[in-house]
Amino acid sequence: MLDVNICGINFKNPVIGASGTFGFGEEYNEFYNVSMLGGICTKGLTLNKKEGNNGTRIFETPSGLMNSIGLQNPGIDEFINNVLPNMRRFDTVIIANLGGGSLEDYIQGAEKLSKTSIDMIELNISCPNVKNGGMAFGIKSEVAFNVVKEVKKVCKKPLMVKLSPNAEDIVDMALKCEEAGADCLSLVNTFKAMAIDIKRKAPVFQNITAGLSGPCIKPIALRMVYEVCKSVHIPVIGMGGIDTYEDALEFIMAGAYAVQVGSSNFKNPYTCKEIVEGLQAYMEREGLNDLSEIRGII
Amino acid sequence: MQQVYVEGKIVINKQIEKNIYMISVEGKFEAKPGQFYMIRAWDKEPFLSRPISVYDLDDEKISFVYEVRGKGTEILSKKNCGDAIKLMGPCGNGFDVDKIKGKIAVVTGGIGIAPMLYTIKSIKDSKIDIFAGFREKSYITNEMKKYADNVYITTDNGSEGYKGNVAEIFNPIEYNAVLCCGPTVMMKKVSNMCLNSGTACLISMEEKMACGVGACLGCACNTSDGKKRVCKDGPVFWGREVILSA
Ligand SMILES: Cc1cc2nc3c(=O)[nH]c(=O)nc-3n(C[C@H](O)[C@H](O)[C@H](O)COP(=O)(O)OP(=O)(O)OC[C@H]3O[C@@H](n4cnc5c(N)ncnc54)[C@H](O)[C@@H]3O)c2cc1C
Ligand SMILES: Cc1cc2nc3c(=O)[nH]c(=O)nc-3n(C[C@H](O)[C@H](O)[C@H](O)COP(=O)(O)O)c2cc1C
Ligand code: FES
Repeated sequence: MLDVNICGINFKNPVIGASGTFGFGEEYNEFYNVSMLGGICTKGLTLNKKEGNNGTRIFETPSGLMNSIGLQNPGIDEFINNVLPNMRRFDTVIIANLGGGSLEDYIQGAEKLSKTSIDMIELNISCPNVKNGGMAFGIKSEVAFNVVKEVKKVCKKPLMVKLSPNAEDIVDMALKCEEAGADCLSLVNTFKAMAIDIKRKAPVFQNITAGLSGPCIKPIALRMVYEVCKSVHIPVIGMGGIDTYEDALEFIMAGAYAVQVGSSNFKNPYTCKEIVEGLQAYMEREGLNDLSEIRGII
Repeated sequence: MQQVYVEGKIVINKQIEKNIYMISVEGKFEAKPGQFYMIRAWDKEPFLSRPISVYDLDDEKISFVYEVRGKGTEILSKKNCGDAIKLMGPCGNGFDVDKIKGKIAVVTGGIGIAPMLYTIKSIKDSKIDIFAGFREKSYITNEMKKYADNVYITTDNGSEGYKGNVAEIFNPIEYNAVLCCGPTVMMKKVSNMCLNSGTACLISMEEKMACGVGACLGCACNTSDGKKRVCKDGPVFWGREVILSA
């Protein structure tokens, strides 16, 4: 009833743990069987191991938080050899989130990941927290077009491109990524944001800016997902501040095939599970048989 | 240990010193000494839950001692008996008490004393001295006395115990192991003293946390082996392992 097919991959439901907020699945599997989820996105992976940023990494805001993790990750080889086998224990769609600092990084990363058992690659051209960490590629449509086109040439898995809300024009960005060969899109990543510590008279974050996420971004994220869904012909996966099954329904009604849930896992480890259960109950209550009956009805 | 996220009813929530509260929540909870729970005494705001160390535990209830610092702990302090709050945990590694033996020094600063009662209750066949520093007045040291051989108190202004810093009144050379929790500056000092005297030193680290379970990498600290997660790989680390920036 909740299952959905995206680019030939079958998701048992449309709820996916968002990159960077769900570890490699292990941590939330302590609370419930994460195999019940539609999918899990890995932390952003880069060719080489990354230690991430120093200084403050998270800062709470009203209804959300800012983060400046800086793509800390074990590197693609270590992921493939020692993390992925463990993740494969979960009977769910595994999406590798691929970050990079250069076109070459993305290409090599996509080549390596294509040879593994992962189900999809989510190309992160939208991380705001590392220099050349991808967001540079996610601002200007022409730059993104080129990266997606080149990665698509070597990518043997369905390619999902994750868009930044900081893009100059989100609809144009989506259209260019589609034209370049993206199989589907996900949006939004975090909003570039900032906080100042007035006691220290200094920025809270060493990088000065950080990425804002959580319920506070939901209305803007929803608007962007809606506009993109209206414009492209490939499936869109929506996210940004999803906290309840009602929020998930809004994104689906705006046109999303599936949703990713990020920050709200932090406040309640069962958030994803409760959203799946809430959607299930909603479908039954409304007498719906398939999500397509409500997808994009707005 | 199975991690849970459950609601529990408050059975005690009382002020024990200026800005310091003790809260007990009904239920059968699990935890190793030095572990913590993410506490949520509200629904939507603040967005994140707050890490608080286990102060004590028995079959009927779990207890915490906390200092009111900001919005979260303020809301918590206003909760009444009978109100429900949410607890997620147990989180973190905790102290490996079976391996801590001999003559032990517990060195704390301020609210850093909170995880130590349950810890010393769980350490067997050892001689334990407590060195606890406070700003003006001590708290929970009387309870600790029951499980320790000696308790030495310092205050910043000398209003109770020795005047000054705990690090000034203890000598790591006399001990087989040192357990330390408190402000970073103090932990750094104690850890360095232990390094110099070759005494094993375990410190319980504090970092801002988002998920509390190891999933977001928000609470990283620097160690000789790269970045580690305070909420999952810690909060207890070897003093020689962490690189404290203070
Ligand atoms: C593993 C662990 C165990 C802890 N155990 C206890 C405990 O047993 N008892 C207890 O009282 N506290 C404990 N703390 C600290 C406690 O989590 C914070 O004091 C609490 O999160 C503050 O929340 P708040 O909403 O009241 O303050 P906020 O409004 O979040 O902050 C108020 C002020 O305190 C500062 N602050 C907040 N959190 C921290 C922090 N973690 N480190 C340094 N400064 C901070 C903020 O920058 C701000 O200036 C522990 C922390 C950790 C990481
Ligand atoms: C702590 C943290 C780390 C993140 N790391 C990544 C990452 O590595 N790669 C990525 O594409 N997005 C990352 N994100 C962005 C999320 O996947 C998501 O796009 C964003 O947080 C919006 O969703 P939310 O409001 O539900 O959190 C991260 C977000 C947070 C809060
Ligand atoms: S708080 Fe999320 S990893 Fe520690």
